[in-house]
Amino acid sequence: MVEEIGRTEEGNVIINVGPQHPATHGVLHLVITINGETIVKVEPHLGYIHRSIEKMCESLTYRQFIYVTSRMDYLSSHINNHACALCIENGLQVEVPARAQVIRVLMDELTRIASHELWWGAMAMDLGAFTPFFHAFREREAINDIMEETCGARLTLNYIVPGGVMQDIHPNFQQRVKNFIQLYKSKISEYDELVTGNIIFQNRMKGIGYLSPEDAISFGVTGPSARGSGVSCDTRKTYPYEIYSQLEFDEVLETTGDSFARYMVRIREMNQSIRIIEQLIDNIPEGDFQAKTKAVLKLPKGEFMQKVETARGQFGVYIVSEGGTTPYRIKFRSPGFSNLSALDHMARGSKLGDLVAMMGTLDLVIPDIDR
Amino acid sequence: MTNETLKEKITELLPAATFEEGVQWLNILVTPADWHAFAEQLRKDESLVFDLLFCLTCIDWKTHLTMVYHLESTKFRHNIVVKSTLDVALPAISTVSDIWQTANFHEREVYEMFGVNFINHPDLRLLILPDGWENKRPLLKNFEDPVNMIKL
Repeated sequence: MVEEIGRTEEGNVIINVGPQHPATHGVLHLVITINGETIVKVEPHLGYIHRSIEKMCESLTYRQFIYVTSRMDYLSSHINNHACALCIENGLQVEVPARAQVIRVLMDELTRIASHELWWGAMAMDLGAFTPFFHAFREREAINDIMEETCGARLTLNYIVPGGVMQDIHPNFQQRVKNFIQLYKSKISEYDELVTGNIIFQNRMKGIGYLSPEDAISFGVTGPSARGSGVSCDTRKTYPYEIYSQLEFDEVLETTGDSFARYMVRIREMNQSIRIIEQLIDNIPEGDFQAKTKAVLKLPKGEFMQKVETARGQFGVYIVSEGGTTPYRIKFRSPGFSNLSALDHMARGSKLGDLVAMMGTLDLVIPDIDR
Repeated sequence: MTNETLKEKITELLPAATFEEGVQWLNILVTPADWHAFAEQLRKDESLVFDLLFCLTCIDWKTHLTMVYHLESTKFRHNIVVKSTLDVALPAISTVSDIWQTANFHEREVYEMFGVNFINHPDLRLLILPDGWENKRPLLKNFEDPVNMIKL
């Protein structure tokens, strides 16, 4: 056990950030060793919101356990559900109707924008700018309203089920999404005026928390955090699932590997998500929204893994089935867990105040890390 | 590389490896004693370059434990799954945190949840569980907890 307060033998000071701290966005506990203002070591202590979801899933049926996954990465709940549904469909060899596929991708991309909006507001707030938070939530609320109308919930959505989606989209869905695209396009320039172009902000981000491409891969960092280092790892491109291979969008890459690069990846990624939504919103095919499946699902004996791209990186669902109605073992490979493991490496040698910028641009969601 | 060529290449590297027909990817079974040297070859071989350890986990089969490593090459975009069977009474396998740094956290998680001892791990102690949970191994099938509800 580390001594959690006081001084080390070399005379360095140990301080605790969290588990209740405004900059950690949840119950993350960091034990930081500092020499003056310089970080010597960052050691995360996890588990404050560990619910043992993997163990719980072992006694839930294949239809039931999806609801628990919304509670992991609650900002990408659609995408978590999507991964589980794909994994089960893969095992059952179910063909998902075209309408459901398009609706799923639309929902995924709306979720991605909502997640990045929240990240943007919260990260700017960590760095001391309070106004961006309200700007971000203005757009995010519009997405949440769309979700509420169609899915009946605003955060833990549970809309994607094995075989398709829970229910058909609301009649207002298309119009509201179009209104949102207009709203987004009229407001996105404010983001750059307010934060991106701000010289104080840039000084706090550029050159801070450098992560080399080799280290990013070695630490298993994925998603926008790795793409900021120039690592091509967008699962939608590398291992396309659903209809992503038919869509036109670019994988956003930056090469500088610092906090500002990771910031720019997320900002530019939102525009790509809008591009995907624009391609699909007028082209939702008619037909069923759910394939016909049995009431009780039984996966054949075997192992199934599905990777998807959440707003934070590659999320993997690994199901081991013994042929029964519940999974024998389930493992969720959450992107946040691996991304966090790189924090110590990135932070060593930087100033304590810069740690907030690094944590902000890693986009950590604690229930995703703890599971 | 396709699964067939991967299979040939890996047989060349480690003749003792056995294969299992996986649904998606090639499954390779190795003994815990072979694992570390084999992992190094997988990472360094120029035609393989498995540089991303995507997932590391363990399965409790009651009679034995199985370590499962999902490896991916970001250069060639091929995937394999490596498995190793461990003794249930004294599970131990060599660490790979010196090859893939992400293994450091993942192995600590498997250590506290399944009690697997990772030989030569630089920092093997509880990561997620609070103090006092050493040797409780909550993800094993025979784990019972009268206080915290985990069985639904």
